[in-house]
Amino acid sequence: MSQSTYNGFNSRKNQQQYKTDLPVMITPEAKVPGSLTSSLSAYIFKPWHGFMLIFFCIVSSSIAFGVDENAKSSIPEVLWRWMPLLLKGFMFNIVISICAMAIGTAIGAVLGLGQISLNKWVRRFSWIITQFFRNSPWLVLLFFAMFLLPFEIKIGGLSIPLPDWVKAIIGLSLPVMANVSEIVRGAVVSLPSGQWEAAESLAYTRRQTLWLVILPQCVKRMLPPWMNLYAILTMATVLASIVGVSEVMTLTGQALAAEGGRTDLLAPFYSFVLLIFFVYCYPIARWTVRLEKKFSVIG
Amino acid sequence: MNWDDSMPMVSIKDVHKAFGDLEVLKGVSMDIKKGEVVCIIGPSGSGKSTLIRCINALNDIQQGSILVEGQEVNDPHLNKLELRKKVGMVFQQYNLFPHKTALENVMMAPIRVLKQSKAEVEKTARALIKKVRLDGKEDSYPGELSGGQQQRVAIARSLAMNPDVMLFDEVTAALDPETVGEVLLTIKDLAEEGMTCILVTHEMNFAREVADHIYFTDRGVIVEHGSPTTFFDEAKDPRTKEFLSQIL
Ligand SMILES: Nc1ncnc2c1ncn2[C@@H]1O[C@H](COP(=O)(O)OP(=O)(O)OP(=O)(O)O)[C@@H](O)[C@H]1O
Ligand SMILES: [Mg+2]
Repeated sequence: MSQSTYNGFNSRKNQQQYKTDLPVMITPEAKVPGSLTSSLSAYIFKPWHGFMLIFFCIVSSSIAFGVDENAKSSIPEVLWRWMPLLLKGFMFNIVISICAMAIGTAIGAVLGLGQISLNKWVRRFSWIITQFFRNSPWLVLLFFAMFLLPFEIKIGGLSIPLPDWVKAIIGLSLPVMANVSEIVRGAVVSLPSGQWEAAESLAYTRRQTLWLVILPQCVKRMLPPWMNLYAILTMATVLASIVGVSEVMTLTGQALAAEGGRTDLLAPFYSFVLLIFFVYCYPIARWTVRLEKKFSVIG
Repeated sequence: MNWDDSMPMVSIKDVHKAFGDLEVLKGVSMDIKKGEVVCIIGPSGSGKSTLIRCINALNDIQQGSILVEGQEVNDPHLNKLELRKKVGMVFQQYNLFPHKTALENVMMAPIRVLKQSKAEVEKTARALIKKVRLDGKEDSYPGELSGGQQQRVAIARSLAMNPDVMLFDEVTAALDPETVGEVLLTIKDLAEEGMTCILVTHEMNFAREVADHIYFTDRGVIVEHGSPTTFFDEAKDPRTKEFLSQIL
């Protein structure tokens, strides 16, 4: 490595170390009245904005449609009646997301390590699988899982049924797997090569280097993108409604149908679905940002 | 092995090394005896780092021979782990493991690689940290230490493996001028205790003071070598003279 790279590395490191207390290092927070940055910062999205927006949707549409249709029960009333079922459906979305995340993470981690294997064939195989599933539309993968997987698997005398929701989990875990694989590979290659060399010169085996030195440092680098992926996956679980899994979107559709297809119910119901997703995903996003900030300061 | 103390600890013969088309070492030879301190100096890009990284097989070589205690490094069947247990290395960028405390950094390799007992390792590790004058910093993380302190932890970490030879690659080049001294002092202690040391350095006064032998490299060859007095005061080659006039 050249001298200048070292210097660059060094100054960056110092900056990080002193970031917290040196006012010049703090990113401009825009306190100058009337400046561009200050007027922009006024528009930064805050959590209560989101709630306000969605409540506004529900309430305004309730009022707009609710006033003149006194013959039927009022919109809040209908929504309240269906709420337990919708929430139950949403729990199902969460279950699907957690299971798909768990499976995708487990296999993806193996694939990611495969991508940095010393064996050329393992490396190529893992790379191809990763690229293939990372660049396929999630919905297409879901359809594939739905229609290619059998409805039950026979192992010996035992037959394990594969209901649609299990197939959905498998289908969604494929893109998760590929993305986790990339997250793992990215984190490993982002570590300075000096870490490998130091471990090597201390007579660590490659395996020891990986497990004792490299991966422990990668975990914190991987956490923010991994949580990000989880939030995206959670929102993608509604795709399962297209293939008939009775998650929250499917149930919302059924509830609306049961109410006789009242058009005035559409906006409140779907706003409610938006709201529960927002309430679930927004804290994850905030937490991710916090972790990112924390890790970038520590380095 | 039929190697004994009277033979060179490290014997480098006609070593050639290229990165692709770029020939970096073009026939380098040197012998380092047990307990000797050797300094390698030379302009940037002359292949100093490349050379000492070949000694512990971080770089492979294309031609020539490197014997460490009689063991051939340029051998496809070389047991690199055994070699690296004998050869310690300290880097310009310290390369401490940032997720471990100073003490853990020092203790990890003896426990994991040499499979020594934890209690025993902890005792020697604490002694080593004291030896590099960092008592009280055992539980600090690398991010909480100054560059000079980190570099001394790195030296202690290497010493914990109880190596026979130590390689130092410009270990003070990334440090603030105030902290250079404390690291050099640590290396000087080591040299006086009889540790075999191979140093790449730009600290000429230090080289003059501690080295038994000085090698000057330029463009992949050794231009001139000798004891510090002959080297600094009676340099003959024009390239050496020019380099010394620039740096002194
Ligand atoms: N891994 C590598 N791949 C390709 N070229 C390399 C590699 N490592 C070093 N080189 C090249 O080899 C040459 C010698 O590098 P080396 O690091 O040994 O020089 P040096 O004498 O240590 O210089 P410095 O004083 O700047 O550290 C340089 O031209 C460098 O660009
Ligand atoms: Mg160098």
